[in-house]
Amino acid sequence: MSEQVEYIKVFGRPESLKETPTHYCPGCGHSVAHRLVAECLDELGLRGKTIGVPPVGCAVLAYNYFNFDMVEAPHGRALAVATGIKRVHPDKFVLTYQGDGDLAAIGTTETIHAANRGERISTIFINNAIYGMTGGQMAPTTVLGQNATTAPGGRDPRLHGRPIDISRMLAVSDGVVYAERCAISSFKEIRKAKKAIKKAFRCQLDDLGFSLVELLSPCPTNWKMTPKAAWDWVAKEMVKTYPLGVIKDLTGYEDKK
Amino acid sequence: MPSEKMLMNGSHTVGEAAVRAGCRYYFGYPITPQNELPEYLSARMQDVGGTFIQGESEIASINMVLGASVAGGRAMTSSSSPGISLKQEGISYMAGMELPGVIINMMRGGPGLGNIAPSAADYFQATRGGGHGDYRTPVLAPAGCQELADLTFLAFDLADKYRNPVMLLGDGLMGQVMEPVVFPDFIDLKDLPRKEWALHGCEGREARAVYSMFLGQQGELYYHNLHLQEKYDRITAEEQRWETKRTDDAEIVVVAYGTAARIADTAIEELEAEGIRAGLFRPITLWPFPLPALRKLSQHVAKIAVFELSLGQMVEDVVLSVGERAEIYFHGLPGGIIPTPAQVAAFIRSALKGDGTVGRRIDV
Amino acid sequence: MIIRTTFAGFGGQGVLLMGYVLSHGAMHKGLNITYFPSYGAEMRGGTANCTVTLSDKKIASPVASNPDIVVAMNYPSLVKFEPAIVEGGAVFLNTSLFSEKPSRTDIEIVSVPTLELAKEAGSDRGGNMVMIGAVCARTGMLSLEETVKGMQAALKGKEKFFEQNQKAIEKGFAFIADGK
Ligand SMILES: Cc1ncc(C[n+]2csc(CCOP(=O)(O)OP(=O)(O)O)c2C)c(N)n1
Ligand code: SF4
Repeated sequence: MSEQVEYIKVFGRPESLKETPTHYCPGCGHSVAHRLVAECLDELGLRGKTIGVPPVGCAVLAYNYFNFDMVEAPHGRALAVATGIKRVHPDKFVLTYQGDGDLAAIGTTETIHAANRGERISTIFINNAIYGMTGGQMAPTTVLGQNATTAPGGRDPRLHGRPIDISRMLAVSDGVVYAERCAISSFKEIRKAKKAIKKAFRCQLDDLGFSLVELLSPCPTNWKMTPKAAWDWVAKEMVKTYPLGVIKDLTGYEDKK
Repeated sequence: MPSEKMLMNGSHTVGEAAVRAGCRYYFGYPITPQNELPEYLSARMQDVGGTFIQGESEIASINMVLGASVAGGRAMTSSSSPGISLKQEGISYMAGMELPGVIINMMRGGPGLGNIAPSAADYFQATRGGGHGDYRTPVLAPAGCQELADLTFLAFDLADKYRNPVMLLGDGLMGQVMEPVVFPDFIDLKDLPRKEWALHGCEGREARAVYSMFLGQQGELYYHNLHLQEKYDRITAEEQRWETKRTDDAEIVVVAYGTAARIADTAIEELEAEGIRAGLFRPITLWPFPLPALRKLSQHVAKIAVFELSLGQMVEDVVLSVGERAEIYFHGLPGGIIPTPAQVAAFIRSALKGDGTVGRRIDV
Repeated sequence: MIIRTTFAGFGGQGVLLMGYVLSHGAMHKGLNITYFPSYGAEMRGGTANCTVTLSDKKIASPVASNPDIVVAMNYPSLVKFEPAIVEGGAVFLNTSLFSEKPSRTDIEIVSVPTLELAKEAGSDRGGNMVMIGAVCARTGMLSLEETVKGMQAALKGKEKFFEQNQKAIEKGFAFIADGK
């Protein structure tokens, strides 16, 4: 007679993610970022009270993958839409999930002003240094020398300007209580990213102000690299322009070691 | 000298034609299905010493056009439907300030984000002004690569001639299709008429300003609007363009523009084999709409069949033109679908029989 | 004369390039042409297709109700386009990738083992060039010389690929000449 074996679930699909397979390319950072957001929402018990605003960008279909309420916003306007939602539902959890074109080009105004008003909103900012959805045009965050279809021969500061560090710019604003930059480049960095996202979410729950986590994220397709090379490029090259770590922290939370 | 025959897609064609027409300032924000145009110009402007800027949004891009234009340059921007909506404020300002500029709209399915397949659902927006205020912009509707090149030249000329924004209205198919093109020769920038109104700094003359706000108590805005209207009347009288095919002794004439006209044209060829005599009336300027020409034609045909890649926009101009002179039938498809000639042929047959199986009769 | 050809397959199989080669070759020959590709998000799903129309007269519609010729580089493309082919038309199958055959009996079926032939011509990647060679040879749309010209015009600026591609095109022509 065999003994009754008890199984403990140690890993599974977060409830905040649907079972739909995503359309993201192999090696894309969006899939990992989705999972981190979903895990954090589950762990904080927030799924049922969350309203999310995805971007126009490769993650435009995020509402097919996230298992909570979501509403489409016009390109760049996610934080304006989110502001409207949060003012109607101050007790709900509101997040935006935005790419670099969405947040730091066409939506710069909405981004700066929502942050500066100190909206109780958490923003996940996916910086992949390129326009993924439209096929590889230059992003505001494209790094110097990086190739893009509208920066033939690589980004040249004289012609195309320099990459923008929007997270540091936002951190100057008093409305922002927490901003951290992490990378989807290795298990270690991904674990750090998850901690940061959770902290950003806590800021909103504690009604402190605007919080932002920037995730440096690989786009193998438009960088024209293999997934492995793209992940390495985040770790070795992208971090030179966008150094990782806490940019601003007024939370007063004690980090558990 | 005109170029050799070149094989190019519609987006590249517009880019090359713009450069040859003397455009040295391009500003735009990426959006499918017209990205090949800014991508082409990002390299081409470097060859010719021009300026290419990927703006941070469509709003920024149209305002860069406004700036380059007031400074005297030939400037343009391009986008697709959602982006064109964002440009409307800037276009209204340019109309009010009487600034030339060329705007390309490669229409896609809407409303909202819609999809990226061809559509012609921005006809109202394009022909009725689009933004706020009493203004008009000439709208040119190309139906192939050669015409994309020729009308790009015309767009810059009309814009400068009338000091007004001009729109080239294509769709996703026009942007992607590849056909042989012969480009007109490069314009010598020195040959373009001097823009006396442009701003270069007031050294040696009185300072002057360019604006669209008229607060004066003496009816300044009133007279400004009448002045603009007088210009729009002149454009209406002088700039109508259209093409007709096989309209002599036709039992039915199809009215269609752009991609829809190309598809209808094949349908008409196919119907000829069945002994059906159908003709085509293709507006090339959508504003000003070739109303008198269509009116005249409608006196000699019993039936007019309007085919659109929208659920019914240009048909209103057809009704204004034709009135009760002929029976009007309409068939439209929602944006985001590419119809086949067979579908259009079915509509024409149905309109001839008047059986209402495809499309519907418009009650005037 | 008017001939409409649809090329279809996975992204990366050089489907659009086959369309360019035919278009450029036909333009140099003095024919009218239109080329219309699938584009944008349609291509994220990993499939691509294009339709090339050739005529000695002016071409009206760039989209066809029914193609005369379909070149199926993978099985899904055969499934998708087989029903649309005109009666008496032709389908070319890339039998290196799939062995399924069309069920229709009113069209000509030409099987081309593109990869094997490309290897014989000395390259693993020239399957699309073998295929366009076979298509032009079998249909008579372009002569060998015109096809090679078309390839060179389509790949202007990438001269280093000319020689290898020419060999693959010749292989396609030889395959048809051998009566396969
Ligand atoms: C008004 C408007 N302009 C342009 C577009 C086209 N568009 C869609 S997504 C996008 C940018 C995508 O880049 P990013 O925000 O960096 O996100 P990613 O796709 O890289 O994840 C653009 C320009 C649009 N949908 N609406
Ligand atoms: S294009 Fe880039 S960002 Fe978009 S899904 Fe693919 S890898 Fe991800």
